[in-house]
Amino acid sequence: MSIFGFKISPSSAINLDKIDRSRFDKLCSIEPDAFRCMACGSCSATCPAAEFSGMSVRKVLHCLQRGKEEEAFRMMSNCMLCGKCTMVCPRGINTRHLILSICRIYDKEEKK
Amino acid sequence: MKEIVVIIGGGIAGLEAATQLLKLGHSPIIVEKSERLGGHVADWNRLFPDLTPAKDIVEELIASSKDANIFLKTEISFINRLKDSYNVMLSNGISISTRYILYTTGFKLFDAQKKEEYGYGIYNQVITNADLEQWFNTGKDKRISGKEISKIGFVHCVGSRDEKARNSQCSKVCCITAIKQAIEMKEKFPDAEIYCFYMDLRLFGKKFEDFYIKAQRDYGIHFIRGRVSEVSENIDGRVIVKAEDTLAGKPLKVTLDLLVLMSGMVCNPESTKAASMLSLPIDSDGFLQSCDNVFHITSSPRKGVYYAGACTGPKTVPETLAEARSAVLEIHSDITNQKK
Amino acid sequence: MIYQGKQKIWSDYQKEIPDDHWFYVRSCIRQNFFPGSERMMMEICRNVLGKDFYETEHHTTCGGIAYHCDTIPQETAMTIVARQFALMTEAGYENYVASCITSFGNYTEILETWHEFPELEARIREMLWKACRKEFKKPKYLAHSSDLIYKFRNEIAEKAKFRLIDKETGEPLRVVEHIGCHYSKMFPSKGVGGAEYPYVLAGMIESWGGNVIDYPERRHCCGYGFRQYHVKANRGYSLSNTHKKFESMEPYKPDMIITNCPGCPYFLDRWQYVIAEMEGKTYGQNGFGIPVFTYEEVAGLVLGYDPWELGLQLHQVAVEPLLDKIGIEYSAEDKYKGLNKKDIMRPGLPENIKCF
Repeated sequence: MSIFGFKISPSSAINLDKIDRSRFDKLCSIEPDAFRCMACGSCSATCPAAEFSGMSVRKVLHCLQRGKEEEAFRMMSNCMLCGKCTMVCPRGINTRHLILSICRIYDKEEKK
Repeated sequence: MKEIVVIIGGGIAGLEAATQLLKLGHSPIIVEKSERLGGHVADWNRLFPDLTPAKDIVEELIASSKDANIFLKTEISFINRLKDSYNVMLSNGISISTRYILYTTGFKLFDAQKKEEYGYGIYNQVITNADLEQWFNTGKDKRISGKEISKIGFVHCVGSRDEKARNSQCSKVCCITAIKQAIEMKEKFPDAEIYCFYMDLRLFGKKFEDFYIKAQRDYGIHFIRGRVSEVSENIDGRVIVKAEDTLAGKPLKVTLDLLVLMSGMVCNPESTKAASMLSLPIDSDGFLQSCDNVFHITSSPRKGVYYAGACTGPKTVPETLAEARSAVLEIHSDITNQKK
Repeated sequence: MIYQGKQKIWSDYQKEIPDDHWFYVRSCIRQNFFPGSERMMMEICRNVLGKDFYETEHHTTCGGIAYHCDTIPQETAMTIVARQFALMTEAGYENYVASCITSFGNYTEILETWHEFPELEARIREMLWKACRKEFKKPKYLAHSSDLIYKFRNEIAEKAKFRLIDKETGEPLRVVEHIGCHYSKMFPSKGVGGAEYPYVLAGMIESWGGNVIDYPERRHCCGYGFRQYHVKANRGYSLSNTHKKFESMEPYKPDMIITNCPGCPYFLDRWQYVIAEMEGKTYGQNGFGIPVFTYEEVAGLVLGYDPWELGLQLHQVAVEPLLDKIGIEYSAEDKYKGLNKKDIMRPGLPENIKCF
């Protein structure tokens, strides 16, 4: 806090000019279905972890496309791989497989 | 005896109606105010969802309706109602007596300049869907040709579902047109990032959803749910777009090399003018009002007066063609019944 | 940028501005922030343009700030405004001119509301009568005082001693125009040029020789935003909005900023000091800031009035580099002299932004 008692607030806006989407592109190359999500939300509605932890496959995919990788990773750490989201996805996205691929590509160790 | 049918408007609805009337042995007269036939479709390059060249359809329709009486650069001066028929006076001085008038007056493309915040006509790199089709056709547009295009945006619902623009209706075809054009641009600029800004994606027609999935999966087009609120130009002439990413609940901005506005379909003032000559009712959306919207879409409340195509509201090409055939069938059965 | 496209929009938004006989109401805060501005407005209207320009000591605030901060009910705000109109009616005027943008917005909003809900107007008339036995006619024309300067911008240009031109290079100055939000964002048709591409200040800049800069965050709020600044917990938002504008205009290297709102020039001016303190960043050349002016101050400058008469010593950002660029003479020594050259001491100078 400065001498003024307030400061320049950070912007919450998503700036697409500054997003590095290379990892998402890599994800799409092995999981082309990652791009097919139409944000219907069935996955989150049925997820047994969602209501306690905020886990949502829809949001994970969205965050990855908007450069919020940390947030996506945090959410995903709550996944129990039960497979319910795979059952309900109307576009037949293999969400279980997708989640595992995301873990591989976005692994924190690899990030460094 | 051959029955004369006056068709107002030489777009695809008018041409298809004339074709069918000729087949049934009638004598259609097409009155077209511009100097060429084919209407808006003649300005388009390829049509969704099969990417059919628009030229092929227009040429085929012109060929099949060539035996109709066609007046180009001609307007309707006035229409007099007689006992069982109408007297149609044309701007070229010809007067036609007929029992049947078919309105195929079509729509008007929304004037994108009215959405001042999008800067069409002010910012160089803002174009419309029609401009883009023209570029597909001619390859001539300084805003696209020879430019380095690495980021393109499409704004859905420009002048549609917009009460302030006095068009609360959905224009129906823009979602699928945006997806079609996005795919076409991705083919021309494979390295470009393409963003579609939409409020809802309304992909109702046959094969439309497949097209959407293809755009996502095979072409990597980004769909951002949020209406563009404001466009501005930066110092190097590119445009900055502001929208809300409503799925994230966050404001979003992106700098683009080209922004395409999906101008919607609005009522054609020429339609309204021609309708007023017979005191035909106008619907709340400004389009011509059919007898009802389920069973009698092609019928007007006046005997012998019919509608086909986008004069009664936004339509796709196949819908328009189907309506033209349907209206012709109505007219034909009326003629046949009269003769009995 | 396609200039003709803007001209087309400007031609769609032309408002009728009366020629003469104006009833003028001052702003609550401008007299403290930029005390020379309203005085210059009168000077220009009365003595330069030779107009009938009336003001009364009996007028009060319009209640705009309280209304926008939700501290008074709408009826109260309307009754205050009704009383102002009564003063105008008593003085025999029908052209109402507000010095403040928020007042202008407030008056416009109230007149429109009364137009839509005549029963509310009747109630306000009754309340005014009960409160102070006054009656009023609604103004025939409502204008913001920048509309008047806009209307007479070419006359001012003809009488001008200076132009907004770099005297060394002969190049037009690069000028940012900033319009107060309440000028036309609520009612685009009530502002010269509309709301997206307002012309009121751009017209003055063009007439007086400058080049208008259109930068990406041009339409953005100056940052004042009553609730953002007045509530200390939100004050960072005020600063952040201003910061966003400066970041956006920076690549264009503006020579100066012209505004038509009481709050905008204040915040665009003072926050430059705060940003310099916090971030160590200045937006002008050589460690200076970008000087921010009211349109009356700029009119006064081009007409050749003494900068210190205009009150420019009250600006945070130094105006001297710009005065030098245009070629306006001033006495550095007299900057902080009071009436009759009385010594009123000098302020302390900040470290991170160059000032005199």
